Amino acid sequence: MPEGGLATEAATASARARVDDGFWARVDGERWIKRLLIVALCLWLGVVLVLPVLQLLVKSLADDQGGFVGLTHYVKYFNSPNLFVSLRNSLVVAVLTTLLSVGLGFGYAYALARTTIFGRGLLKGVAMMPLFAPTLLNGIALIYLFGRKGLVTTGLFGLLPGVDIGVYGPVGIVIAETLYAFPQAVLILVIALKMTDARLYEAAQSLGASPLRIFFTVTLPGVRFGLMSAVFVCFILSFTDFGAPKVVGGNYSVLATDIYKQVIGQQNFSMGAVVSVVLLIPALLAFIADRLVQRRQVASFAARSVPLIPRPNPRRDVFFAFYCWLVGGAIVIFYLTALFASLVKVWPYQLELGLWHYHFSGTGGGGYSAFFNSLRMSAYSALWGTAITFLAAYLIEKTRQLHGLRQLAYFLSLAPLALPGMVIGLAYIFFFNARGWEIAGVFVANPFNWLYSTMAILVLCNIVHFFSVSFLTATTALKQMDREFETVSASMGVPFTKTFVRVTVPVCLPAILEIGMYYFVNSMATVSAVIFLYSADLPLASVAVANMDDAGDTAYACAMSMLIVAANILVRLMYGASTAGIRRRSQAWLTR
Amino acid sequence: MNTSDTSLAVEKVGKKYGTFAALSDVSFSARRGEFLSILGPSGCGKTTLLRLIAGLESHSEGRVIIDGRDVSGSPVSKRNVGIVFQSYALFPNLSARNNIAYGLKSRGASREEIVARVDELLDLVGMRGMGRKYPAQLSGGQQQRVALARSLAVSPGLLLLDEPLSALDAKVRLLLRGEIRQLQKRLGITTVMVTHDQEEALTMADRILVIEKGRLVQDGTPHDIYDRPATPFVASFIGAMNFIPDAVKVHDGVYGLGGHHVQVGMENGSAALPPGSRVTIAIRPEDVLIGRELGSANIVPTTVSAMEYRGAQFRLSLVVHSGERSGLRLDADVAAEKVRRLQIRPEMDLPVHLPFNRLRVYGAGEAHA
Repeated sequence: MPEGGLATEAATASARARVDDGFWARVDGERWIKRLLIVALCLWLGVVLVLPVLQLLVKSLADDQGGFVGLTHYVKYFNSPNLFVSLRNSLVVAVLTTLLSVGLGFGYAYALARTTIFGRGLLKGVAMMPLFAPTLLNGIALIYLFGRKGLVTTGLFGLLPGVDIGVYGPVGIVIAETLYAFPQAVLILVIALKMTDARLYEAAQSLGASPLRIFFTVTLPGVRFGLMSAVFVCFILSFTDFGAPKVVGGNYSVLATDIYKQVIGQQNFSMGAVVSVVLLIPALLAFIADRLVQRRQVASFAARSVPLIPRPNPRRDVFFAFYCWLVGGAIVIFYLTALFASLVKVWPYQLELGLWHYHFSGTGGGGYSAFFNSLRMSAYSALWGTAITFLAAYLIEKTRQLHGLRQLAYFLSLAPLALPGMVIGLAYIFFFNARGWEIAGVFVANPFNWLYSTMAILVLCNIVHFFSVSFLTATTALKQMDREFETVSASMGVPFTKTFVRVTVPVCLPAILEIGMYYFVNSMATVSAVIFLYSADLPLASVAVANMDDAGDTAYACAMSMLIVAANILVRLMYGASTAGIRRRSQAWLTR
Repeated sequence: MNTSDTSLAVEKVGKKYGTFAALSDVSFSARRGEFLSILGPSGCGKTTLLRLIAGLESHSEGRVIIDGRDVSGSPVSKRNVGIVFQSYALFPNLSARNNIAYGLKSRGASREEIVARVDELLDLVGMRGMGRKYPAQLSGGQQQRVALARSLAVSPGLLLLDEPLSALDAKVRLLLRGEIRQLQKRLGITTVMVTHDQEEALTMADRILVIEKGRLVQDGTPHDIYDRPATPFVASFIGAMNFIPDAVKVHDGVYGLGGHHVQVGMENGSAALPPGSRVTIAIRPEDVLIGRELGSANIVPTTVSAMEYRGAQFRLSLVVHSGERSGLRLDADVAAEKVRRLQIRPEMDLPVHLPFNRLRVYGAGEAHA
């Protein structure tokens, strides 16, 4: 008698509800826990992001003794021709890189998204290669190809007539940065090119438009937001990068290397802060423009469009196959050259292959202890970063308390996109190294000072540096979940924490693993932020690459880069295998 | 109002978003075991009302009382309500069984109790033997059954359905309509369903609450709502309605309409209007009668201007012959059989009968949609 059973239970339940009446029936513990967590998130963002950046701004207005000097440093900066030239150089490099990487990336992305050429999976993997390497390696590989004793310059060690392209300077920087920004452009443009409505093309064809006309009236307008986004992202990346100009810049100074020279070379912290602000402003403008564009893009994309399935077209496909294999091949040759160089005994005189440079004895930088420190740091960053990012995205996306604070947290979570690594690194030294502050005549000791020159500060710095992209990944995954999961759970009296563990995390596991991989790979490769923060007893692999290259031990630097790339590729493969495993196990509930 | 027979009482509830009043001054109550349907066009505030009852939104004014307990400040978890959403909101990574057991597990029920209860619920919603499947392996109708079972598992005192059938195919929708209603009657659980589908409301509910722009405009049985719509809005939202504007009241019960005098039975408040007032007269197309069996009063001569075939019936567009003003139009729904029998064709003259007890009168101030 199922009905009888249910009826009695309903009666007892309502009786129980009546007993429940009173004060505790009104208190909602969950709401308070959520409020508390949101406040904690805002405080955390305040300490790791807002205060350090504020400290940097204050530093740029103060002399080395801490006295307020107003805009004196800025006036000095803009009156100093050398420094001002760097600003111009950075802009030139960024504009050229943006044009090249978005231009090359568009063709590549078009081939991946809109044609049926052979080996698209492999081509996409090849295009992503630069993501796994420190940008220093791009510079190093360039030197082995186009440097004074490079493969191309010497014509394959004298077999052919050589060509010297004058790699040291803007040429080298632009090539290295283009390589660095290329995968980002491809990623953004592939998504933009896939987010299209096949019916638009059918309509255009039925109206008798030529392929060229369709390209200009349908394809390009359709991806204009993606294109703009790619432009802004590539601009920020190349404008703020430190690694490549450090290696191939020669006498061509850019802002990022200026900060390094001012702070590490001349111990001029105030001027370092000023250059940081100068570096920050264009990046911030590009970031704001990008956010505005993104908002328009979301609004303009209709939910019910028919996906465009590319059809074979021999002439077009042959052209794009040729193009992609050319570009992809160039990327592969680039990194193969670096691998080769790391294995050669004495470039270019003794071409015997071996692990000569992989013992790191007789060179600075820290050798394998640096490498293992980097592994440890990246693992911690991946673990903590993923946990914090996902929790932050969850609190912002899935709770309904404290609307204003959640808006603030959302904004702060995206802000790191605009913060160059150099700026974060410098801001962190200023903030965490400060012994305390004079606030209204009272000295307040810095409660975070103990973090300085620990593993913790490196991890924290990485988490903040790579926060935004991870946060957006988590937010996208959470947005795809039904808004009512939390509601349904609450109506059944299930605590939100249980739903978080049993439903939210399992459903978002692919995104969570992706975030973890992203943190690991970037923490391994980054040099710009951590170069200010590592300490002598905590050497790091990427910093070792910079230092060994500085000392002229290019082959060792190259070998260390190879270790970083190898670790990253390994982690990427593990990620691929684990997501494949999850997909197999959860096939039942993922297939529709 | 707080008798033990009242399961839900909503008293003068209002909700504001900034200066925009999503709901204002809504009051109604539900007896134990009653099935209420909240009906209205999209954006009228009906879902907001349901969410206020559930405790998913906090209201700005008034009280919500469930089982005699004022729950106005309580969160959803303390209101003992079951909710079913249009999107089903089934957890994709849990099987149907585990979805249904979800709320039971945290109530400290033993494993055996849970198994027995889940089996019972699967039976109840006609899903026996499907418990191992995941939501993505079930059809929309099956998913909604699981969602229903899940909401019933924790024995709620009140069941809230938010457009539960809107995402389903027409056929499944019809089937589930009947099943949900039967289940609700068997369990005797007080139920509030939000819908924008008038047919759903008419066929399922004991009582219908019509909401327009955040206000409750009519609260009555499906019969009341259909036959005696309180306002032109209700009349046009539920079913079709002919509105004849610019009619004039001659005296109580008699109205002038395009040069003809018609008698009106139910005055619908227009008795208060003085003779000479401008009014709108309304009649449903299926109440416009043709043929010889008509009475003698309220006959209006018309011409058929167009005919629309609708399978079982035709909709005729009629132009009323009128001395004063032309262009007065009426729609009439006539059985196809009758159209054949009377050989009705376009352009032919056709006297129609407007039964005096099927005409409605609305004051001229009540503009209709």
